[in-house]
Amino acid sequence: MIDIDKWQEIYLTIKQHKVRTGLTAFGVFWGIFMLVALLGAGKGLERGVMNGFGDVTNVVFFWVGNASQLPYKGLSKGRTIHYTDDDIEAIRSRIKDIDLVKDLNGLGNYGSAQYIVRGEKSGSFSVRGSHENMAPMHQVRVIKGRYINKRDIDDKRKIAIIGTRVEELLFEQNEDPIGKSLNIYGVHFQVVGVVKPRSSGDNAQRDAEVIFIPNSTLRYAFNQTDTVGTIVLRPKHGVHANIVQPQVEKLLMERHKIHPSDAGVVSSFNLQEQYDKVQGLFTGITFFSWLVAIGTIMAGAIGVGNIMLIVVKERTREIGLRKALGATPISIVVMIVQESVVLTTVAGYIGLFLGVLLLESVTMLMEKMGMGDGIFSKPEIDFGTAMVAVIVLVISGILAAALPAAKAAGVDPILALQDE
Amino acid sequence: MIELKAIHKSYSTGQQQVHVLKGVDMFVAEGELVSIMGSSGSGKSTLLNIIGILDHYDSGHYRLAGTPINGLTERKAAYLRNRMIGFIFQAFNLLPFKNAMENVALPLYYMKVGRKERNRRAMEYLEMLNLTDRWNHMPNELSGGQKQRVAIARALVTQPKVILADEPTGALDSVTSQEIVEVLKNIHDLGNTIIVVTHEHEIAEQTQRQIILHDGLISSNEVDADILPIRA
Ligand SMILES: Nc1ncnc2c1ncn2[C@@H]1O[C@H](COP(=O)(O)OP(=O)(O)O)[C@@H](O)[C@H]1O
Ligand SMILES: [Mg+2]
Repeated sequence: MIDIDKWQEIYLTIKQHKVRTGLTAFGVFWGIFMLVALLGAGKGLERGVMNGFGDVTNVVFFWVGNASQLPYKGLSKGRTIHYTDDDIEAIRSRIKDIDLVKDLNGLGNYGSAQYIVRGEKSGSFSVRGSHENMAPMHQVRVIKGRYINKRDIDDKRKIAIIGTRVEELLFEQNEDPIGKSLNIYGVHFQVVGVVKPRSSGDNAQRDAEVIFIPNSTLRYAFNQTDTVGTIVLRPKHGVHANIVQPQVEKLLMERHKIHPSDAGVVSSFNLQEQYDKVQGLFTGITFFSWLVAIGTIMAGAIGVGNIMLIVVKERTREIGLRKALGATPISIVVMIVQESVVLTTVAGYIGLFLGVLLLESVTMLMEKMGMGDGIFSKPEIDFGTAMVAVIVLVISGILAAALPAAKAAGVDPILALQDE
Repeated sequence: MIELKAIHKSYSTGQQQVHVLKGVDMFVAEGELVSIMGSSGSGKSTLLNIIGILDHYDSGHYRLAGTPINGLTERKAAYLRNRMIGFIFQAFNLLPFKNAMENVALPLYYMKVGRKERNRRAMEYLEMLNLTDRWNHMPNELSGGQKQRVAIARALVTQPKVILADEPTGALDSVTSQEIVEVLKNIHDLGNTIIVVTHEHEIAEQTQRQIILHDGLISSNEVDADILPIRA
């Protein structure tokens, strides 16, 4: 159907109106280029931010907030509660859909730092309890040695996993911290691993000033056997954290005899809710990118349509002649539509190509400069999106040609060939 | 070859109605070379366009090579034009961005003839019109006479039933005009049916028959026996 002659015809007519064709094609080119750049940038931002969540997106943390504000069941207000292992046991047995529930303790108040000395060197670090497989939950990645395992917990081993800043501050430049001993408030711990936080920027430094020890060891060695600082739980696969969070909250409030409307006592943080919010934001950004880009492509296509209208007008005589020589209206329509589609598709393809090239260069540059883990990471456009863009292009090319093609098909050869 | 009976045609421009053809009867036999004469605005082009299936007529009967031409779709009209009619225009109407050979080959494109065969046939007709060495020239590199010869080659290339020429020498000087008339006579001698619209007596006199159009009617349809070429 598309033989060499048609291509030649298209080539010849496009060649005839170089400047105008170029300017029009630029409109479409820019639309696609923008789409690729916007979607790529959006994806990069999404990657960066979503990386911050790590692999864990659905955990819920419970801790004790303020003292009770309302009297309840004969108990006066102003009562301070604390969680215990019984609470963990109750949650485990009473709440379905829970995959994991664990105790998390720390030294000092949550987020406070402990002054730790090692020989000549010293620093302030946050010492926190943890369990096996919990590195992702703490948003850290093991870069040397290992993380806590089940036997560490069961045997209350005195081992420690240190953050990168701890390694920097407490060890010599070329010293391997693995196997070395660390004194935390008079208790000797053996370093078995180093972790790096996933976060970037200002938070990264503080998040790297951390020491993880088995939570069982922490509670035993530092006199917290009857208290659980924070309860962390993860719903079963496929269950949203929003479903289990209120159940657990209600259970904890009942167990500690807190008035149902006394909101600030059993405090919690639902990571999945945050995750959903951010994801919603990026869905919005993607939608907006498409809106802008399709608007631009449409504007470009309308430009193409406009040019085609002028071209048809300019070529009235030629079209009239073709009809006199035996061209059917359909063949004229096909000619105009093909020209428009070729114009938009070629222009759009160049836009797509250069847009992808831009994203690739940005990614390469960022990798070279070691900026891969930031808030903005690896901009990219996936193949499916690119295909949709191409389809949008072809359709807009056809739509753009509809009116000019109808005009061309309606040319009266007698009038067109009349001598001026 | 061409039979017209009581052809009426009028144009309406705004409120005014111009009755251009008021019952034209005309017959052209196969192999004839006839001219249509008449003053400017007498309806010569209108008549030729109806014969060439470019225009509709209001009433009457028209048969071309035995085929009734009436109420055709655009598609069918285009098909018949492509195969049965060869047009020659006053303004040549060559496509400026195609060379001589491609211009000649254009009607064959709409006949769905393959590219190689198209070009081969186009070259054949260029040779017939002594334009072989100009085949790859663009129209703006050709003289008026050469352009019209390319246009004649284009009209001939589909081997149509009838060649229609509307003032083919209108844009040429007298020497070149005569040259084109000689070409038309030559292709007539090859057996083609040709109708030439002209207002120049010197040209009309060289055809076998002059049809004079006056006030929307054919006023003279006589055969001038003196100029009839002797034909086998
Ligand atoms: N498309 C048209 N609309 C209105 N009037 C037309 C049209 N074409 C031709 N006419 C009128 O018809 C008459 C005959 O025109 P035409 O056939 O071109 O004459 P000729 O070729 O003999 O000079 C003229 O008066 C002209 O103004
Ligand atoms: Mg005329």
